[in-house]
Amino acid sequence: MPPALDTRTQHLLRDLAPQVLGAVIRRYRDFAASEDAVQEALIAAAMQWPSGGLPENPRAWLIQVASRRITDHVRAEAARRHREAIVVSLVPVEEQIALAADEGTTERDDTLDLLFMCCHPALSSASAIALTLRAVGGLTTFEIAKAFLVPEATMAQRISRAKQSIKTSGVPFRMPTAEERAERLGAVMHVLYLIFNEGYTASSGPELHRSDLSAEALRLTRMLHRLVPDDCEVAGLLALMLLTDARRAARTGPSGELIPLDQQDRALWDRDAISEGLALIAATLPRGSVGPYQVQAAIAAVHDEAARAEDTDWAQILELYGLLQRMSDNPMVTLNLAIATAMVQGPAAGLERLDAIAKDPRIEGHHRLDAVRAHLLERAGDSSGAIAHYRRAAERTTSTSERNYLLMHAARLSETLD
Amino acid sequence: MKYMLMMNTPSGGPYQIAQWPKQDLQAHIGFMISFAKKLGESGELVSAEGLAGPDQAKRVRAGKDGKPITDGVFPESKEFLAGYWIVDVESPERAYEIAAQASAAPGPGGAPLNMAIEVRQVMSGPPKDLL
Repeated sequence: MPPALDTRTQHLLRDLAPQVLGAVIRRYRDFAASEDAVQEALIAAAMQWPSGGLPENPRAWLIQVASRRITDHVRAEAARRHREAIVVSLVPVEEQIALAADEGTTERDDTLDLLFMCCHPALSSASAIALTLRAVGGLTTFEIAKAFLVPEATMAQRISRAKQSIKTSGVPFRMPTAEERAERLGAVMHVLYLIFNEGYTASSGPELHRSDLSAEALRLTRMLHRLVPDDCEVAGLLALMLLTDARRAARTGPSGELIPLDQQDRALWDRDAISEGLALIAATLPRGSVGPYQVQAAIAAVHDEAARAEDTDWAQILELYGLLQRMSDNPMVTLNLAIATAMVQGPAAGLERLDAIAKDPRIEGHHRLDAVRAHLLERAGDSSGAIAHYRRAAERTTSTSERNYLLMHAARLSETLD
Repeated sequence: MKYMLMMNTPSGGPYQIAQWPKQDLQAHIGFMISFAKKLGESGELVSAEGLAGPDQAKRVRAGKDGKPITDGVFPESKEFLAGYWIVDVESPERAYEIAAQASAAPGPGGAPLNMAIEVRQVMSGPPKDLL
């Protein structure tokens, strides 16, 4: 057994892995073969670096070892088939010169290209998530499977199908044009947002692994922000994650029960994450083009800035939800708008807003509509109405902890009626 | 999101399948095996199990001393859970599509059984924001 890697080297390897993979794919155009070769290079590094010391340029070292492995594999394959020509045939003839000229620019960071490739809009979101965590995040298939509570074989299939789709789609591995980038950056942010939520929303199951997902999403978004520091929405997404994740410790009670925002112990909120998120959003908002992630981050910021729940600046939140609704026409946003309206103008005004969307087929029969109505009816003093809607919402939710939360509300209100 | 797809024994009792000709039986079993394999390959299968027959089933309740009291079997039972699949899919529509495929498993004479498959969403963690 070689000596164990110290934490610094582990982090270094994890940061370098996507860059190395990106560089190798750019050269050899084969996702699956490149990934195998990079894995071998990482293993070689883990075996050699602890005793031999870090190479002068670890990134170049890894790229070189991976490249050697991949050409070895290609040669072995070629020898077996008596077809030496295959070595060059991997790279289209017209691109061979460009490839050679490229050799010198080893300092280029290919991580962004890799992210764009993994989050390609043609992939299903489950595949894009799995591939991103594997290729850019460097998580093992076992870790990803554990986090999503599925068997390892299932996750392995998702990853291999995603690689297959990339192969057959012929998505070129190159820096996207400005237009492509704007278009695909949306998909990249969406995938990162989904990974974050997957980690943030689950309290059941192997909790540790799930919260690792949020940490990973944060790490990748931070990386993306470093790569495109001028993109306001990326900054907004990072701020949103920081400002949301800051409340994690206060969000659940000792037995995993949900604690709503207005009842959380704000002393448990992570002050460092909040200041970082606030600084980010404060620097981003005045720069112009405002998108939905920035608005959501701004809403989270208003909540996080209030020392006590009753200090929350609901008027500002109401305005921000209004802005968000004009951007997206999403009935879920209107639900939140109704809550903010009730906080500013009283529950009757909030209930009016609910009536206005109650027939929207996208939300009709959704448990959140009942939950919000129950909440507003309770605030309006209509206990029996509130109980009925809390119960209806409890019947319809597919979340165990939310069901418990809603049933507890109905039960508590029932006791006050007796 | 995860869904449980439940298959009940077709109406007419749990063991009618025993009366099927060998060829039909083979087609049915072959279908089930390749169905599970396909779900595995698409990266959607979480688990799948067939359950032993109703004559092996017992109903258990705790007696006054907390010890188990058992009764059963269920010879008269018309419908009985025969097995289930748990799938992890991107949309409810995809879960219904998979259930419809299971429903069309071949029966006597190779004709699709079109049995009812019950589709239920598996409860999950909390939503991202509460009131």
